[in-house]
Amino acid sequence: MRSYVLSHLRNLEAESIFIFREVVAEMRRPCLLFSGGKDSTVMLHLARKAFAPARIPFPILHVDTGLNFREVLAYRDRWIERLGLRLIVASVQDAIDRGLVREEPNGSRNRIQTPVLLEAVERHKIDALFGGARRDEEKSRAKERVFSFRDEFGQWDPKSQRPEIWNLYNGRVFPGQSIRVFPLSNWTELDVWTYVAEEGVEIADLYFAAEREVVARDGMLYGVNGFVQPRHGETVEVRKVRYRTIGDANLTAAVESDADTLAKIVEEVASVRITERGATRGDDRFSDTAMEDRKREGYF
Amino acid sequence: MTADLLRFATAGSVDDGKSTLIGRLLHDSKSLFTDQLADVERVSRERGDDYTDLALLMDGLRAEREQGITIDVAYRYFATPRRRFIIADTPGHIQYTRNMVTGASTADVAVLLLDARNGITEQSRRHAFIATLLGVPHIVVCVNKMDLVGFSEAVFEGIREEFGDFATRLRVRDLTFIPTSALLGDNVVEPSRNMPWYDGPALLSHLERLHVASDRNLVDVRFPVQYVVRPQSHHVIDYRGYAGTVASGVLKPGDAVLVLPSGLESTIATIDTADGPVDEAFPPMAVTITLTDHIDVGRGDMFCRPHNAPTVAQEIDAHVCWMDEAASLVEGRTYAIKHTTRWARAVVRELLYRIDVNTLHRVEDATALSLNEIGRIHLRVTRPLFADLYQQNRQTGSFILVDDGTNKTVAAGMIMRAIGTT
Repeated sequence: MRSYVLSHLRNLEAESIFIFREVVAEMRRPCLLFSGGKDSTVMLHLARKAFAPARIPFPILHVDTGLNFREVLAYRDRWIERLGLRLIVASVQDAIDRGLVREEPNGSRNRIQTPVLLEAVERHKIDALFGGARRDEEKSRAKERVFSFRDEFGQWDPKSQRPEIWNLYNGRVFPGQSIRVFPLSNWTELDVWTYVAEEGVEIADLYFAAEREVVARDGMLYGVNGFVQPRHGETVEVRKVRYRTIGDANLTAAVESDADTLAKIVEEVASVRITERGATRGDDRFSDTAMEDRKREGYF
Repeated sequence: MTADLLRFATAGSVDDGKSTLIGRLLHDSKSLFTDQLADVERVSRERGDDYTDLALLMDGLRAEREQGITIDVAYRYFATPRRRFIIADTPGHIQYTRNMVTGASTADVAVLLLDARNGITEQSRRHAFIATLLGVPHIVVCVNKMDLVGFSEAVFEGIREEFGDFATRLRVRDLTFIPTSALLGDNVVEPSRNMPWYDGPALLSHLERLHVASDRNLVDVRFPVQYVVRPQSHHVIDYRGYAGTVASGVLKPGDAVLVLPSGLESTIATIDTADGPVDEAFPPMAVTITLTDHIDVGRGDMFCRPHNAPTVAQEIDAHVCWMDEAASLVEGRTYAIKHTTRWARAVVRELLYRIDVNTLHRVEDATALSLNEIGRIHLRVTRPLFADLYQQNRQTGSFILVDDGTNKTVAAGMIMRAIGTT
């Protein structure tokens, strides 16, 4: 007898497709935030599935911190071309030059990208912005809604989130307010990788292990690139490393790994005992509530 | 066979050991990361706790840690080779009834915790009531802290009997009792050595084996049209597909469909996905359906079978849980209503009664429902909804009310009676 049971990945896929369609049907100007990372890539893949055989009916937004891995920009442009998408770029460097934001002493542009993002949301009158955040990533994310309400300053207030019952999402907003939408809320890091491998989704090369020049700094390995140069006393070594997350090139560390195929990455992620942000993100190390604080200010 | 997905909601207070139980499930199933654990160990040490407080894993927000309470539903994920689990962890206190309603709305299983020393409390009755009100098909009662009652079989049996009596007043389909000690790990992931008299499974193996496939309604075909796919491209000409998620039933190409509200009949030509056409669609698949006839169909319409249709209703009786702290539900007020993919406006004609969630008594002279209160109301809707009873269909039997003045979701509704329009 037919069992009519979906595998858990097909279940998650169906849930995400439902969310994409619901937003496009109900919101005026949706947009997808693309970082070049695996989560935003999986979002694009799912969005394509949600509207096939039609094109994805919304543009994508890239907040360009000016500190991108070079490879990521080329990768971004390949996806845009393949899916025939419209790209909106919000430049942090430009915002610094205009005096909208000021460079922070620690070199991280993570915090100052928020005003740049909010400016783009306002300028393009975006009322729904898809983001690739997952609830398993970080503890303040565990309580995030799928439809996350933001006031006219883009702020997240954990106490005034709308209840989400069944799959009856409420995206109603007044002018100026918006909704951040997280179609991958219920996916884990391992789900994303298993899905990428199963579906053969093209992801950025940086995720695959390769011999790269690195320096050891604060107990992490940073790839040597235009934004990371050896400091006094540091030596450049060649090691086989890969990136578990892709953020800014100056603050995203690599991990030693032999995983140079998708199958090996899945195996590594399944057995690894440290969270992806804990392992590789200098920007989340500043404080215990770094993410919660950034989210309140309008970050993803 | 690939692993499937099970969603469960937990209810109970920190005092019942709920956070410890979840921490134990994650820890013993090796779903915790070393840096998460190190984090919790550090915070525990800084606070001067004698042991690593696994509860800290659950209290994610600073506001919650500062106040030592859990405010909101937290979602947790773990997997075993058999299944992938999503936990909706809901705070147990009466002030957070709306959060338990939220967590239970999508759950296959409700795991209710109670403290073996206290037995059945008002709180545990309320949790069982909410779980059954939300139509959660399986309830597991963990009689926790068995170590503090000497692992006594008599205590466990006493609670089981008393709870069983109470549960006969509710519509519980499947009720299981497990004696546990979350602190020591007895019967959570590993079977207990301290309770040889208990021959049932530990909580995790029970959750791994629970048969949930048959909880889905595969009989009544309900396909709410979510979005019309019309490619504006010269590659695909004249394509008009109806995208949506199967709410219930099984659809196949060649099946006759009745389209509501038009009442027109047609036949399914293809069931498409981005990976190609499929030969059947069942819940919760997201697909795109094409019909053999060019008829006018839009978002909010519904496909069903010609001889098995939902009630086309503008008059509805429903249980509602009120979720807004700012304003109460009042008779005579109009709200926006969302049912499947359809919006309308609904006026509250009458508040029939409020239910005292602790005693389950009806309060007939109630005039308003405030935050966390549950009652039965009569609604009149501006345009017909395609409604089933919540007991028969959680997808087409549920709705939310939204306050037009604030755009907030103010109520969760479960349809108890739908009066057909003719």
